[in-house]
Amino acid sequence: MPVAATDAPSSPPVSTLVVDDLSRRFGRRWALARVSLTVPAGGGLLLLGANGSGKTTLLRTLATALRPHRGSASLGGRDLWEDRRALRPRIALLTHAPGLYADLSAAENLRAWAAMGGHAVDAAARLAEVGLTDAADRVVRTFSAGMVRRLALARILLKSPDLVLLDEPFSALDPEGRAVVAKAAQAVRARGATLVLSTHHAPLAASLCDQAIRLHEGQIVWRGAPDDPQAAVPADGALV
Amino acid sequence: MTGVRAVAAVVGRELRTEWRDRSRVGGLFVYGFALVLALAFAMPGPHMLPDLAGGALWLGLVLASTRALDASFATELEHGALEAMLLWPVPPAAIFYGKALANTIVLLMVACFLAPIVGLLYHPEPRGSLWMLPLVMVAGCMALAAPGTLVASLTSRARGSSALLPVLLFPLVVPVLLASARATTLLLEGDPMNQADDWLGVLVVFNLLHWSLDALLFERVIDEG
Amino acid sequence: MELMRIKDLPITADLAGFAAVVGVIALGAVAWVARGGLTRRWEHLVGLLGLWMVIVGQYMGLVSSPRERMMGEVGRILYVHVPSAWLTMLTFTFTCAFATFFLFSGKRHWDHLVEATAEVGVVLSILLQATGMLFAKPTWGVFWDWDPRLVSTTVMMLSFMGVLTLRGLLDDVDRRATWTSVGSILATTSMIVTYFSVRWWRSIHQMQSSPDTVADPMVFVLRWNAFAFLFLTVWFVVQRARLSARREALDAPPALPEEVPA
Repeated sequence: MPVAATDAPSSPPVSTLVVDDLSRRFGRRWALARVSLTVPAGGGLLLLGANGSGKTTLLRTLATALRPHRGSASLGGRDLWEDRRALRPRIALLTHAPGLYADLSAAENLRAWAAMGGHAVDAAARLAEVGLTDAADRVVRTFSAGMVRRLALARILLKSPDLVLLDEPFSALDPEGRAVVAKAAQAVRARGATLVLSTHHAPLAASLCDQAIRLHEGQIVWRGAPDDPQAAVPADGALV
Repeated sequence: MTGVRAVAAVVGRELRTEWRDRSRVGGLFVYGFALVLALAFAMPGPHMLPDLAGGALWLGLVLASTRALDASFATELEHGALEAMLLWPVPPAAIFYGKALANTIVLLMVACFLAPIVGLLYHPEPRGSLWMLPLVMVAGCMALAAPGTLVASLTSRARGSSALLPVLLFPLVVPVLLASARATTLLLEGDPMNQADDWLGVLVVFNLLHWSLDALLFERVIDEG
Repeated sequence: MELMRIKDLPITADLAGFAAVVGVIALGAVAWVARGGLTRRWEHLVGLLGLWMVIVGQYMGLVSSPRERMMGEVGRILYVHVPSAWLTMLTFTFTCAFATFFLFSGKRHWDHLVEATAEVGVVLSILLQATGMLFAKPTWGVFWDWDPRLVSTTVMMLSFMGVLTLRGLLDDVDRRATWTSVGSILATTSMIVTYFSVRWWRSIHQMQSSPDTVADPMVFVLRWNAFAFLFLTVWFVVQRARLSARREALDAPPALPEEVPA
């Protein structure tokens, strides 16, 4: 496992993710119930489970988009919710909602997001990384779902985060697109950042992560290695 | 300083998307035009219209503002951009001020388009000093935009939002409509007692209150998890 | 019996005094609620006292107090109108205060009190509008006049109706509580601005000012009824807050499952 290569080697690893008894409800339903886990700095965690099992809720809670109703999570020893203003620049979340402006072009989107974050960006280089060079000046409204996903990935990586959360990053992508996402995820871990990923694409996930959990109705029902044959078999028999 | 840069970035992005989808602002122009035209027919006769010019302009603006505000949050919500912005290193207050300023600018554009049309249709006979009119228009549009941005951030994410926005916003902006319409009418018809200044003062107080309080409240609205 | 003029009443000065008394009582009550006072059923005593005082107060107002000099029997509506006006103001002020407390502390009982005071306030303001219109027709000749108090309470009533509509459309408990509080604070602040801008709009049209002379028997009945309304309002608010708490408990999620050893 790669050891965290942080900017400040003397301090404790800034990207260690510790989740303790984390629960979150929506209305009367617990979408996430007593989840506890630890991902060491630079580690990769694979989330498995059927649709509605709580994977997206866990990722959104770790991204500080949702307040935990019980328990806590911390990154590098700092509480995620309490210190959310300070930690948000260091956490990147990719979900099915890309966070892009449909009426702007790909390059304009990246420049706008960089400007709101207070820095300039080499949009051409960022777009080249995700294979969108030819589409740089096209309006996002005309993009296919796969292109939107790639651009959304480029957007969240503008932050150079310590914690990267990817929710079903391979869905709607062709093999080339999956390779782009996988390469970016590997680069994230090589930098020492922590990766949490939910996917149904087992072969790719096994190469990107070093531990796995399966969620069912918001609870962890299985822990193991991502290349464990059991990782491919849903525990409750529900196939997606 | 970073805060000011973030606000500028949000404003720039808002105006750029607004420019790309010009048909929306165009629709606002047509909407406002149709409103002041229809309002003229609701009046007893053309002889009353000169007195109504100020009121017609601001009623048109207040009604058009609800459409503009609703649309400004629809863009954000379309692809999850509002949440993405919350998780971005932008202070929530900068999001508020950026959106409110952009909405002010859009409303000012509608005002600048609507004012000559009202002048054309309602035949006001300017007797006063018109140099203060731009000030009233800026203050009035700002006073509509700040509470409007906050209320739209509430209603846009509730069910049946487009009906709810005016329900919450109109009672809030009663003083704005009153002060702007009175000031405009006084400037048009002559203002022997200098009352327009005082109405402008009402707008300034309203702006001071809402441009400070609403930013704090907006932060709570979007970051409640 | 001696006759009086309604215009002679020092209504504003009396409201200030009334508000001061209520403020002192409220401070104690708020401190007590913050310590969990809503767990005990104390409010029925207050409610019964209020009911008795309303019966006695309305008897005094309708039967035993002297006829008003200018308006005659119509003037007796004052004993409902003025207390409901005061209580509307006070109730909405408390909505704003409770909303601020909620935004700062995040404690649920403040949210229940926000909902309770907002709803009771809307009911009181409807009573206020209705009696105001009945009062206005024989005195001013019209049901509605552009009086600043009338306009600003109407605006505030509409604002709070909007806030309660918004609240009804939200399912998530936390979001509902936060947004109701934000809306309530907005509604209250806007009411203040509306009051002053409308008063000023009217003052240009020469509104008469009233001399502040006191008519003792009327003031006593008025104060009596004001406190009667206060006690009844407290009873309604506390009952309504309890209902909110119950409803929320009904919607509470089931207990978390025990941890499953993975």
